[in-house]
Amino acid sequence: MTAKEIYERVRELCPDGVGGFDEEVPEPFFKVEPARIQEVCKALRDDDALKFHVLSDLTAVDLPKENVIQVVYHLYSYDSRQQIVVKVDVDRDAARIATVEDVWKVANWFEREVFDLFGVLFEGHSDLRRILLPEDWVGYPLRKDFVEQEEYDGISTERAPLVPENLR
Amino acid sequence: MSEVSTGTGLHTEDMTLNVGPQHPSTHGVLRFVVKTDGEVINEAIPDVGYLHRSIEKIGEKCTWHGYVPYTDRADYLAAMFANQGFCMAAERLGNVEVPPRGEYCRVIACELNRVASHLIAVGTFGQDIGAITPFLHALRERESINDLMEEICGARLTYNYLRIGGVGYDIKPETCGRIAAFLDHFEPIVDEYNRLLSNNKIFIERLANVAVISKEDALQYNLVGPNLRASGVQWDIRRDIPYSVYPELDFEVPVGQGERGTQGDSYDRYYVRIRELLESCRILRQCLDKMPDGPALAKVARKFKPPAGETYVRIEAPRGDMGYYVVSDGSEYPYRVRIRTGSFTAMSIIDKISPGIMVADLIALIASLDVDAPEIDR
Repeated sequence: MTAKEIYERVRELCPDGVGGFDEEVPEPFFKVEPARIQEVCKALRDDDALKFHVLSDLTAVDLPKENVIQVVYHLYSYDSRQQIVVKVDVDRDAARIATVEDVWKVANWFEREVFDLFGVLFEGHSDLRRILLPEDWVGYPLRKDFVEQEEYDGISTERAPLVPENLR
Repeated sequence: MSEVSTGTGLHTEDMTLNVGPQHPSTHGVLRFVVKTDGEVINEAIPDVGYLHRSIEKIGEKCTWHGYVPYTDRADYLAAMFANQGFCMAAERLGNVEVPPRGEYCRVIACELNRVASHLIAVGTFGQDIGAITPFLHALRERESINDLMEEICGARLTYNYLRIGGVGYDIKPETCGRIAAFLDHFEPIVDEYNRLLSNNKIFIERLANVAVISKEDALQYNLVGPNLRASGVQWDIRRDIPYSVYPELDFEVPVGQGERGTQGDSYDRYYVRIRELLESCRILRQCLDKMPDGPALAKVARKFKPPAGETYVRIEAPRGDMGYYVVSDGSEYPYRVRIRTGSFTAMSIIDKISPGIMVADLIALIASLDVDAPEIDR
């Protein structure tokens, strides 16, 4: 099954909200509307022709120029040895998307990580907390416009220069 | 605290227990909040992030070549694989062809690293269960590998050996001889581990039928590598999505068979690793035989600027499928580097598997998943 066929099968199953297919790149992908992601993912997992039982990776890329955060799903099927990439553009200022935790359990932690580092809210997530950073951290570091706090818990985040300025 | 009736007139209470972050069995800094009813766990909540060094963010600030040493730190027990994933992603984006000798050097270095990493896994497994001696035996052999690595690339832990386009230094013929001598010495030692640990009655009793992970759960939680194979899914990136020179090599992919109990129990996860040690030796021998002559490093521009695009590279690291999702915008710096590691997903399953097992079995479960804290937190 080629990526094109996968894409067409998904369009057949969920006619709304699936668009923007690109197969000219090494890893073909198609885009999905944020509100439709659960439905599309369920179809990708359950359809007998697709059988994408595994969510290999879930991450995001910040694209400030387009004012979107792109959430990227890498799916893999051990049965057909196929990979497909699904991308969802969410608004950067109000980043919200439905969770796919019910489809693949592993999404629970992946989504927590994306929430932690990009500030994307996953609606319906059972336990959306920061995972890698401390709970009182301010900001989302993997956004391109992230500015580091000057200090954290009273500790300066700037390191003193190794050679003092008057000696340089 | 909720009260639990024992049915005998006595009443017990749930207890909250803190495991870690500085606990020998956590292999790094890793914490669990465990709610127990006596010895039986009701809930174990992993708390990760103590070793977060924002390696992904650093990737956006470094040049392509300059980022390679940082990838070492993603998983310092298997630094070679982290190097390889990133280099392969950069090569794919920039259309760089690695010379055949470079590929063989990579595979030799990686498989040696895999043996070293699995030795740690097997050794610390024994130690966590309470057997100190096997740990010393395993580290003794790992020391020889460290010496070989030092000879190959000058470093013993964070190698920074691979470059975009090949490897930093060619492997000399005399080093190849020493690797062969090490293999002759090491292969019989695996049998020693079996006599010392694998067939030990106490060890088996502690692990067989403990913390069984079914095939369905393994897929739902996206377990990878030896943990997935122990649950009966025969899947190895080296064989199934071949990269480098693996298609030219002949090796088996061991799967958990319920050796001493149920398929997918802690013992299976342990024993798959023991069998992989021997498979790695087999791969190493073939590589030493087949290694072609020629350059080990392709010519790559110093100011490496791959065209805009993105790629997702999978490699089979000791802790399973390591994925590098790298986005380039055509500049000197990567636009985004994402490292997807096996330990991260392995940790997330602990929530699901731990209810109903004993506190001591939790330690066996963590050890059997071979999680590595730096790799979880990156």
